[in-house]
Amino acid sequence: MENTTYIESGILELYVYGLLSEEENLEVSRMAKKHGEINDEILSIERAIVNLSTSFSPFLSAENFKKIREKLELKHGKVVTLKSNRTSYIGWAAAVLLLIGFAYQYNEHSQRRSEIVNAQNENTQLQESLVSSEIKAKQTEDALAVVRDVNNTVISLGGQAVSPTSYAKVYYNKNTAVVYVDAAGLPEPPQGHVYQVWALKLNPLTPTSIGLLEDFKSQQQRIFAVERANGAEGFGITLEPAGGSKSPTMEQLYALGKV
Amino acid sequence: MAELRYPMAGLYLYIRSRQKIGFLRNRIDADHFQNFAQIANLLKNLFIFVSKDAIMTQEELLPLIMTKDERAFTHVYDMYSKSLFAVINNLVNDREEAEDVLQEVFVKIWKNIDSYNESKGRFYTWIVNIARNSSIDKLRSKGFSNKQKNLSSDNFVHLLDDSNKMVHKIDTIGIREFVNKLKPKCIRIIDLLFFKGYTQQEASDELQIPLGTVKTQNRTCINDLRNFLRV
Repeated sequence: MENTTYIESGILELYVYGLLSEEENLEVSRMAKKHGEINDEILSIERAIVNLSTSFSPFLSAENFKKIREKLELKHGKVVTLKSNRTSYIGWAAAVLLLIGFAYQYNEHSQRRSEIVNAQNENTQLQESLVSSEIKAKQTEDALAVVRDVNNTVISLGGQAVSPTSYAKVYYNKNTAVVYVDAAGLPEPPQGHVYQVWALKLNPLTPTSIGLLEDFKSQQQRIFAVERANGAEGFGITLEPAGGSKSPTMEQLYALGKV
Repeated sequence: MAELRYPMAGLYLYIRSRQKIGFLRNRIDADHFQNFAQIANLLKNLFIFVSKDAIMTQEELLPLIMTKDERAFTHVYDMYSKSLFAVINNLVNDREEAEDVLQEVFVKIWKNIDSYNESKGRFYTWIVNIARNSSIDKLRSKGFSNKQKNLSSDNFVHLLDDSNKMVHKIDTIGIREFVNKLKPKCIRIIDLLFFKGYTQQEASDELQIPLGTVKTQNRTCINDLRNFLRV
């Protein structure tokens, strides 16, 4: 209700015309902000009056627009162009910086990537060598344990006709009959062959196979556990075709020794 | 060139978000950031500008004007030049001089845009005042020291006879119809108050009506006008 009275008073028309005092202007602005209804009314009045006056405009040539623009550029040109130049300069500068930045980042990125790959390779290698070191250490420990065991009798097997420089040692625990073979003095078996260990009984001479020295190359310490040999009186090592033989090939006897 | 600046703003924000690029951040300092913010704002306004184009209101136009964007100037000119030209012509009564004044007015608008703020009133009101004052200055410079004597010669309807009828043919037909419908009293009161910027007191003296009724009579006339224009 109050708003309607306010609107109908005609003050809004004078507001649009620009005929109000400063205080009255502020008052109307405040009212317009508070009441959408009043603001809408002001907009309608303005539209009406713009329409009316526009309709009464004499012909206005395009020349005027051109002239105004010329005048503005004459008086404002410096500021305007300077400003826009500065802005576009900053735009370009930023573009260049960006490009450099991206190039730099890309370069960094690829460097880091190859570094990562290298590090990963190194890591793998280290891991492998660690594992092999551990295996080696374990083998050495085992070998040492065998050598140190006081219950073990050491039997030296001397080289025979086929390979006089060869030798081997057998660690034989008489109580448990456990047998370890130290084959460090034997040459590497040729491809397709394997050393076979025999426990011997002397009277009569009966060889019993107690195992093959498999994986000769990878066993760094060349200490092999073989089967138990109860009551063995001697040990022999022959070279046999892969998989071993049922009875020793005497021509290929590499080492032999008595308990 | 200018087109490049807008995507730059987006890219810049992207960089800001990537904390790791300290290398760039050190170079693009806060001062530059303001520039980018301005550009982003301009971009927003441009979007409004493009999407609404012909039906822009003052509320949408103002932020654009404040950036002194060249297209905003063109828009202001397209929207208001004829309206202002009618006001100026009605006061100055000389086509060539009116054109000079109009040019002067637009230069003033653009030069003084920073001094305008919405609490002072409508943007349109502000520029109409500049148009009226510039016209009166022009008259004074030509030796018309007595404002009243000169201003009371004709009302705005005479502009119809002066204007190029070939150009305004369709407009004038509609307007003639309207002028016939509008009460002579209304033409007089709108002419004095709006076109010539008379105070209520001056209008009351001129029309010999009580001071208190000037406002309400004008209101009634504007209502007639709005009914005719359907706004």
